[in-house]
Amino acid sequence: MGVSIQVKNLNAWFGKKQALFDITMTAAANHCTALIGPSGCGKSTFVRCINRMHETIPDAKATGSVKIGEVDAYNGTSAPQLRRRVGMVFQKPNPFPTMSVYDNVAAGLKLNRFRSNAKQMDEIVERSLKNAALWDEVKDDLKKKSGASLSGGQQQRLCIARALAVEPEVVLMDEPCSALDPISTGKIEDLIFQLKQNYTILIVTHNMQQAARVAEYTGFFLLGKLIEFEKTTKIFTTPSDKRTEDYITGRFG
Amino acid sequence: MSNSVTPNQAMAGSNALEIPNVSKRRMVTDHVMTALSVSAMFLVLAPLLAIFGYLVYKGVGSISWDFLTQTPKPVGEPGGGMANAIEGSAVILGLASLLGIPVGIGAGIYLAEYGRGGYLGFIVRFVSDVLNGVPSIVIGIVAYSLVVLKQKHFSALAGGVALAIMMIPTITRTTEEMLLLVPSQIREAAFGLGVPQWRTTLSITLRTALPGVITGVMLAFARVAGETAPLLFTAFGNQFWNFNLNQPTAALPLQIFAYAISPFDEWHKQAWAGALVLIVMIVVAVSAVRLAVSRGNLRGAH
Ligand SMILES: Nc1ncnc2c1ncn2[C@@H]1O[C@H](COP(=O)(O)OP(=O)(O)OP(=O)(O)O)[C@@H](O)[C@H]1O
Ligand SMILES: [Mg+2]
Repeated sequence: MGVSIQVKNLNAWFGKKQALFDITMTAAANHCTALIGPSGCGKSTFVRCINRMHETIPDAKATGSVKIGEVDAYNGTSAPQLRRRVGMVFQKPNPFPTMSVYDNVAAGLKLNRFRSNAKQMDEIVERSLKNAALWDEVKDDLKKKSGASLSGGQQQRLCIARALAVEPEVVLMDEPCSALDPISTGKIEDLIFQLKQNYTILIVTHNMQQAARVAEYTGFFLLGKLIEFEKTTKIFTTPSDKRTEDYITGRFG
Repeated sequence: MSNSVTPNQAMAGSNALEIPNVSKRRMVTDHVMTALSVSAMFLVLAPLLAIFGYLVYKGVGSISWDFLTQTPKPVGEPGGGMANAIEGSAVILGLASLLGIPVGIGAGIYLAEYGRGGYLGFIVRFVSDVLNGVPSIVIGIVAYSLVVLKQKHFSALAGGVALAIMMIPTITRTTEEMLLLVPSQIREAAFGLGVPQWRTTLSITLRTALPGVITGVMLAFARVAGETAPLLFTAFGNQFWNFNLNQPTAALPLQIFAYAISPFDEWHKQAWAGALVLIVMIVVAVSAVRLAVSRGNLRGAH
């Protein structure tokens, strides 16, 4: 079951340069929330603060509070522990190149020393691949084919399956479709619809139609600030901030 | 090749005004470059084949069952072999690999994954490059003072230490380079799954870079396999079998050296045979590792 993501007064820096300013928002459980905004406004940084990926960059720092359901992300949890609750899908598909399709999906569990027998693992892999709408395309060659030999769209769904296999509570997606063709994009959007039943989804996108199609809520970022956070229908029809309106009507950005 | 229609020619047909000139020049350049790189390849291959051919020519006649199974005979007596030296070399190289490979790979991991841009990383990198250029005889002296003087006798152990020291810098630097080639997205994918850093490094990053790392290990191995100087006053050599790491031990390069500078024709022949066996041992070891690694590869994996 998905849980909500509550962010309070989040600030983030790269060295001395501040990238995020006092962000406060809540992504509702079992809903999809979209983040839009011009390039360089801090969307990726924001998402990476939620699973503490931000701190892996030298000199990077973040303050404020992030809660995944009842769990405080920055207090009393280690980063690896937190990341097991928070699945992440990156802009460029990044399957493990030396691993088979099967091992890619099983990787999160195996590398975290999750004990299971072969049958359980088979079930988890099959379920995750089905949830990622990839099962039918790969089921014949599961253990022999390398993850890197799939098409870009298939690779991205493989990465989604890999993230789902560890049963996270929320799934972060940073421009998951930007390297994909319209058909693969459509498949992933359909997928997001289904995933909402079990997960909370936060998706960064440059494609406003996509935000309108998949997300119930949308946040607009500009220069490291969250300008407006609203129901998607509202933000795309009657935005309350002039800057949001300018951006979505294409007047800048 | 000249019969097939290249894209350029196909284009020239439909667009016959200016493109033919350009495409002709490009084709000539292309052919010249191909010819140059093919001849470079032959230049590389020629000495190798020449050496190998000459070794076979000189050495194969003296290789016999006796040569591979017996120890050297005293001067004047015919027959005898280098079995103890083959065994000694295998032991010393095994020991050197056991000591050198983990240290080298470990240092390479440190440089690539932890010590990037750090002060300690800079020092390690610098020292390892210097170590790479130190003459092998100096490494022999180091092992002599570190091990032989302490133990008060020559030993296979001392020889293994000397060769290990020589292997480390090559392995360290290739491991570092190969790990740096692994895209950071691959590491992030593992972090994102909640995999701790040490585990990511071992199971994902190193695993992805493994073919390159193994190439480095093989280079280092092949390089030290034929070293004579560092063994002169460490392993020292031995006319008899020795299976004790703490005793002076025969080694092929030592035996070849001793026989080659001797005044006896019979020994010269045996030196050639020994050199041939040494090269074959290196080729077999390297091919075996390559084969074992490629076995595990998947369809479509890089
Ligand atoms: N590793 C880094 N080191 C220093 N500064 C960085 C780093 N990554 C991002 N930044 C800076 O932080 C700001 C926000 O970047 P971020 O990647 O979050 O933008 P974004 O909204 O995701 O943009 P895009 O839509 O192009 O992906 C930018 O000004 C960028 O220059
Ligand atoms: Mg981004």
